[in-house]
Amino acid sequence: MKRFIGFIKKEYYHIFRDRRSLFILFGMPIAQIMLFGFAITNEINNVDIAILDHSKDADTKEIIHKISASKYFSINQLIEKESDIETIFKKGKVKAVLSFENDFSKNLNKEHKTTIQIITDATDPNTANTISNYVNAILTQYQKELNKDVTIAYQIIPQTRMVYNPELKSVYMFVPGVMTIILMLVSAMMTSISITREKELGTMEVLLVSPLKPFQVIVGKVFPYIFLSIINAVIIVMLSIFIFKMPIQGSLFLLALESILFITSALALGILISTISATQQTAMMISLMGLMLPVILLSGFIFPISSMPLPLQLISNIIPAKWFIIIIKGIMLKGVGFQFIWKETLILVGMTVFFIGLSVKKYKIRLE
Amino acid sequence: MKTILYIIQKEFKQIFRNKGMLPIIFVLPLLQLVILSNAATFEVKNIKFGYVDNDHTSTSRALIERFDASTYFNVLTDFPSKALASAAMLKGDVDVLLQIPPHFERDLQKEKHNNLGVTINAIDGAAAGVENVYVTQIVQRFNQNLKTDLFQVSDQQIQPTNIESIPLFWYNETLNYKTFMVPGILVLLVTMITLFLSGMNIVREKEIGTLEQINVTPIKKSQFIIGKLFPFWVIGMGLLTIGLLLAKVIFNIPMIGSLPLMYLYTSIYILVVLGIGLFISNFTETQQQAMFIAWFFTVIFILMSGLFTPIESMPKWAQIITEFNPIKYFVEVMRMVMLKGSGLKDIFPQLSKTLLYAIIMNGLAVWSYKKIS
Repeated sequence: MKRFIGFIKKEYYHIFRDRRSLFILFGMPIAQIMLFGFAITNEINNVDIAILDHSKDADTKEIIHKISASKYFSINQLIEKESDIETIFKKGKVKAVLSFENDFSKNLNKEHKTTIQIITDATDPNTANTISNYVNAILTQYQKELNKDVTIAYQIIPQTRMVYNPELKSVYMFVPGVMTIILMLVSAMMTSISITREKELGTMEVLLVSPLKPFQVIVGKVFPYIFLSIINAVIIVMLSIFIFKMPIQGSLFLLALESILFITSALALGILISTISATQQTAMMISLMGLMLPVILLSGFIFPISSMPLPLQLISNIIPAKWFIIIIKGIMLKGVGFQFIWKETLILVGMTVFFIGLSVKKYKIRLE
Repeated sequence: MKTILYIIQKEFKQIFRNKGMLPIIFVLPLLQLVILSNAATFEVKNIKFGYVDNDHTSTSRALIERFDASTYFNVLTDFPSKALASAAMLKGDVDVLLQIPPHFERDLQKEKHNNLGVTINAIDGAAAGVENVYVTQIVQRFNQNLKTDLFQVSDQQIQPTNIESIPLFWYNETLNYKTFMVPGILVLLVTMITLFLSGMNIVREKEIGTLEQINVTPIKKSQFIIGKLFPFWVIGMGLLTIGLLLAKVIFNIPMIGSLPLMYLYTSIYILVVLGIGLFISNFTETQQQAMFIAWFFTVIFILMSGLFTPIESMPKWAQIITEFNPIKYFVEVMRMVMLKGSGLKDIFPQLSKTLLYAIIMNGLAVWSYKKIS
């Protein structure tokens, strides 16, 4: 036990002596969460659109006015002919064109029917679809105003209640995600080089001839970083509460415990990478190349998992970040207690044990 | 010139000797390209839908059938009580919940209108908005048929005016998000590989001590930097080529524009990334520091590139920051040339900015490399 404590002390000295790395370690997550918390949103704002108005009458004017008054769109230019659409799309700034047919008002009043084309630049299909939906919503609203006097005989009116996020703020969606990504990657990266570094610098030999057992070395390597990552987690949670006004509906204590669990699992994954790679470079490339995109894309951070094809939904289950995002959204936004998230918690515990067990097994006590 | 060739030879040998690294450089990115490109969609479908039916009449059942028939809602759960349904929502098993009040049919016939409770999990605000639109559409269509179909009353009413909107999705009629995501993710992977490799390169020699050996040779600063850059540049271009082939063969991504133009742009773009990498390498002392800084910038570059979330929606100050994001330009150019067939004139702004960026970053990399430690 005394030896073990000595080893942990050594690790602490290593970490805290390298001031530059420490500064990077704490400074960067703060900068990132500030940046992403404000900048990342999957709604659309101020999208540039162009208008092709063949009739220029009262109704088209009113619709154009409604569109330009909404915060989603800003009208970039008015064009006169169809062929202009191609030209402005190729330039890339304008994302959609609204095209009104000839005699728009006349058709509307006489035949009760008229058409608008919503032409979108669908090279970015996600944005194109959103734009199309938003324009449609504005048109439906206008139509409702026109039909004020017409009543449908029987009517069911849906009374929709948006729960957990009534103002539909995208911060609620993205801050937990950003928090997860940062904790996951920083933690895994930190430990991924810890053992390879000793291998590469030649100090591994010293460690191997010492009477420390593989399990002790591995736990001793993880331990100091848990402490560092907790500080990181606390800073991030404080920022999300005070700057982004994220609510914490559930218990703060539970949130803290779950965060420690998640950090440990990420650190354990890092150690596993460290034991199987020969050089620091390999370890870093695995933890960066191997983790970054899968964690961003398959954790449900930006893209909803339920919309993915089935094989990917299955793969997403092995991403620890997916489970942590479910847990923190549950605690922070839904205010759930442990009975609702025990399954996710158990999965994270299982993953941690698996990572540590495999690392101990893969840890070679002989140099090649 | 000969000196540069020797350095290039040395670098290539080092890369190809490291057997642990080869699969990470060549297999991992392509594997991710093929798998992850399928994940990036904002489409809202397979909505987890549940209902509480307190009425149990033909009207309530007909309404629920409408949801059952819709392709958007496919997991239907019938909850006996509100409390159970709320618990399921807390657990995350249900995202949209429909509550049909008692005496629904009777009140509807008597008072001609009735309310329907809809609860939507709105943590993902954008998805919740879409779900709400789907629910409203289904209920509205149900309303129109209510009179004739269910209550058998003859239909005589004033015709409401109707503005029909026709959505046209240019360049990608079926809204196949893969045509957009595959080139985009390819850009990310090429960037990550070249940035990480170059970012860790010089600092590695520093840490192991071999940089000193190079410093005492008569190799010039610029020769050294060029010799270091070239192998990674070749790797980047090679990866892009294989990636484009995969995109064509597996995903059948259209390539409308000129391929030479794409290559011209990429060759300049990779220089920017390598310049940034070498600059980081010169300014750090350990591989760990270099890696953290490279990671910091990559995450920012990726998330603010306009690939996953639109740039136009960001606040003004954040949009200004994206002006310094090389990935943003690459994503734009890739989209314009490959999917729209834009020419040199259309991408000139991006091309000239990238060129300027490349000159500045590589200038800085040469300048900041000091032969004395």
